[in-house]
Amino acid sequence: MTLHRPVYCDYQATTPLDPGAYDAMRPFLEDRFGNPHSVQHAYGRDAETAVESARAEIAALLGADPREIIFTSGATESNNLAIKGAARFTGNRRRHIVTVATEHKCVLESAYALEREGFTVTVLPVQPSGLLDLETLSAALTDDTVLVSVMGVNNEIGVIQPLAEIGGLCRARGVLFHTDCAQAAGKIPLDVDAMAIDLMSLSSHKMYGPKGIGALYVRRRPRVRLEPLMSGGGQERGLRSGTLPAFLCVGFGAACTIASGVMDDERDRLAGFAERLKSLVLAVPGAHLNGDPVRRWPGNLNVAFPGIDAEALLVALADDIAASTGSACTSASVEPSYVLGALGLDTVSAAGSIRLGLGRQTTREEVDFVGARIAAMARELRATVEVSAA
Amino acid sequence: MTASRIYLDHNATTPVSAAARAAVTEALDLLGNPSSVHRPGAAARQVIERAREQVAAMVGAQPAEIVFTSGGTEANNCVLWGIDRHIIVSAVEHDSVLAAAQRTPRGATTVPVDAAGVIDLGALQHVLNTNEGALLSLMLANNETGVVQPVREAAAMAHAAGAMVHCDAVQGPGKISVDIAALGVDLLTLSAHKFGGPMGVGALVVRTGVVLSPSQVGGGQEGYRRAGTQNVPGIAGFGAAAAGSSDAAADASRIAGLRDRLEAACTECGAEVMGAGAPRLPNTSCLTMPGISSETQIMALDLDGIAVSAGAACSSGKVGPSHVLAAMGVAPDLAATAIRVSLGRTTTEADVARFISAWSALYQRKHGAATTRRAS
Repeated sequence: MTLHRPVYCDYQATTPLDPGAYDAMRPFLEDRFGNPHSVQHAYGRDAETAVESARAEIAALLGADPREIIFTSGATESNNLAIKGAARFTGNRRRHIVTVATEHKCVLESAYALEREGFTVTVLPVQPSGLLDLETLSAALTDDTVLVSVMGVNNEIGVIQPLAEIGGLCRARGVLFHTDCAQAAGKIPLDVDAMAIDLMSLSSHKMYGPKGIGALYVRRRPRVRLEPLMSGGGQERGLRSGTLPAFLCVGFGAACTIASGVMDDERDRLAGFAERLKSLVLAVPGAHLNGDPVRRWPGNLNVAFPGIDAEALLVALADDIAASTGSACTSASVEPSYVLGALGLDTVSAAGSIRLGLGRQTTREEVDFVGARIAAMARELRATVEVSAA
Repeated sequence: MTASRIYLDHNATTPVSAAARAAVTEALDLLGNPSSVHRPGAAARQVIERAREQVAAMVGAQPAEIVFTSGGTEANNCVLWGIDRHIIVSAVEHDSVLAAAQRTPRGATTVPVDAAGVIDLGALQHVLNTNEGALLSLMLANNETGVVQPVREAAAMAHAAGAMVHCDAVQGPGKISVDIAALGVDLLTLSAHKFGGPMGVGALVVRTGVVLSPSQVGGGQEGYRRAGTQNVPGIAGFGAAAAGSSDAAADASRIAGLRDRLEAACTECGAEVMGAGAPRLPNTSCLTMPGISSETQIMALDLDGIAVSAGAACSSGKVGPSHVLAAMGVAPDLAATAIRVSLGRTTTEADVARFISAWSALYQRKHGAATTRRAS
C-alpha cells in the first residue's frame, strides 16, 4: 500500500470532514434549503427542526442543556463573545480578567481589547510543563475579577489543563470560568457541571465537522449574562444575531455524536501511535518533547530539535509531511512561538520545534514513515549545521 | 420537501445553485486550513483566493478589498462597530443595521422615507449638514418591499459633507447589478445565501484606504480585518454563486414579468402593493389583503404548500408589525395584512398561477366572490 503524501500531520489546524457529517449535511445543500428562522412555512420549520436537533447533539457531548448552546461562526467568535461579552455585561461591577500566557491568540487579543476599554488583565505564567499552577491562579483572583479563561487542550503543545480544579476554584470565588475547548471537545470527556464551567468555546472543524461553524456554551443555572457582539434579528436568544447556516449546524451536530462514539477508542489508538512516533523522533540527539509528558492529548506531539531550523525542516519535508511549527493563525509570522516561550524554552529549542498532529485518518504506516523521515532529516540538518559551524 | 410545495420566499434564503453546490462539495473534501503554510493549506488558500476574485469581480472591487465574514449581519455589525463616527441610517434598514446603530457609542440619527419607501434626500441633506463627518448606512434594496434606494445620489451628498458611506447590498446580487464604483460607496455588505450561495458566509467590501477596527480579534486572517479560520467550503460556494450572478440577473426580466402578473391579479382583487411607486427589485412583492391578517394568510398559504413570509425571517417566528411599513406611513391596520412574496430563479409560471389561485381563494372566503372585482 502506498502512502498518500504529504502525510497530513496537522490535526490541530483543521481536521478532515467526517463522511457521516457530510452525509448529514448534504440534504441541506439540496432540497432542504429553508432559512431556519422562517418558521412560518414548511421549508423554514424543516430547517429549524434540524438545527435544534443538532443543538441537542452538541449539548449532549458536554452534558449541557440544548438551550445553553449558542451557534457561532467558530471558536474565534465564541472566544470573542465569551470574554468580551461577559466582561462588558458585568463591566460596571467587576473589571478584572484573568487568562494564561499560552492561550490562543484570539483569547489574548480579546483580553487586550478589554484592557483598552479600561479593564485590568492578568496574564498568568505556566509551569515549564505548560500546566497552570492552581496556587498561582488562586493568588491572582480578586474581588474585582469577572472571568478566568483557560484553554482545555493547548493547540500548540497538547497539554490538558486541570479544568475541574480550575472550575472548582472559580466557582468557590464567585468568578466566571470560560474555557476554550476547540482542541478538547470530541477528544477528551467534558462535562460542564462536573467541571463547573460557565462558558465553553467549541469549533466544528477541529473535530471532524465543517468549517465556518462553532458554538458557545452559556450556563443557564446560575445564569451567565453576556453583552452580544452582533445585533440584528435577535437569533440565538439575542446573543448572536444572523441567519444560522443550517447545513453547517447539522454537520457540526453529527460530528459531535460521531465523536462521542469513537472518543475512547481513538484516544487509545492515538496514544499507541504517539509512543511509536516519540520513540522514533526522540532518538535524534538533543530532541525532546515540549509540554507535560503525561497530561496531554496524544494526538499532539510538539518536539524540539535544538539547533535545527524547524521551518527549514518542514520545507525540506514538504513533499512527505504536512505539519507546522505552531498555530496556523499565526503561521505566516516569523516570530518564534509565544507558547513555547511561555514554557521557558530557550530560543534555540523554540526555533527548532515542530508540532506533529495525529488524528482519525492517521495510520500506523504513516506514523512509521513520518517518524523515520523526520528523524533522518533532523539528523541531516544537524550535520549540516555542525559542518557549517566548524 | 415534496414536489408539490412551492417556494416564494427568496428574500429569506435561496436554494443553493448547482454551481455553488458543486463548489461547496468539492471544497468540503479539501483538508487544509488556509492559514497553514504546507501544501494542503496552500490548496485551501487557493480556493478562497479564487472566490475572493469572483466576489470582487461581481461588484467591481479589487480582491484585496473583500473581507469574508459569516454573513450579512456580521458584515453590517463590523462596519457600525468598527468605524468610530456618528451613524446615519434610513428608517427602513435591516434590523442588523438598526439594532447595532442604536447601541454604538456615538449614537445614530434616522432619516425618514417617503410613502413609497424611498429615503428623503432633503432630510438626509439636513442630517448630513448637522452631523459632519458621519457614517451613512443606506441599504441598496429593501428586504421586505424590494424598494431600491438612490444610493449613488445619497453617497455623493454624504461624501460632499465629509461622511463615509456604507451600503447593505445583501438583497442586490442575482436580482440587480451591484457595482461599488457606480454606487460610490466606501463599504458594501454581501450575503451568499441570498443569491444561490450557501448560508454562513458573506463579505464586507472595504474600499482601499478605508480603515476599520476589527470586531472579531485573534489570528491575522483576512488582512487582520476579521480573525478566525475561513469557512473554505462556504467561501468557495459564495465565489461560484458570484460568478453566476450575472446569469441570474439576466433572468430578472422573466422574473419581473411573473411578479407583475402576480401583482396585477392580486390588485384586481383589492390588494395594495407596498412601495409600488418606487423603483423596486424585480422579484419582490409586498402585498396587503385587506381584512385578513398576515399571519392568517401565511398559515393558510403554508397549508396549501406555498411558502411566503410576513417580512424579515429573523428571530421570533412571530409576526410583528413591520418597521419598514410603519416608516412608509402605512396605517397599522393595513400593514398588519401585508405579506412578502419573493420570487427566484426556480420560480415558474405555474408557481405564480398557483399562488394567485390560492391567494384569491383565501380572499374570496373572506370577502365573498361578489366583491372580487374592485369598483372603479
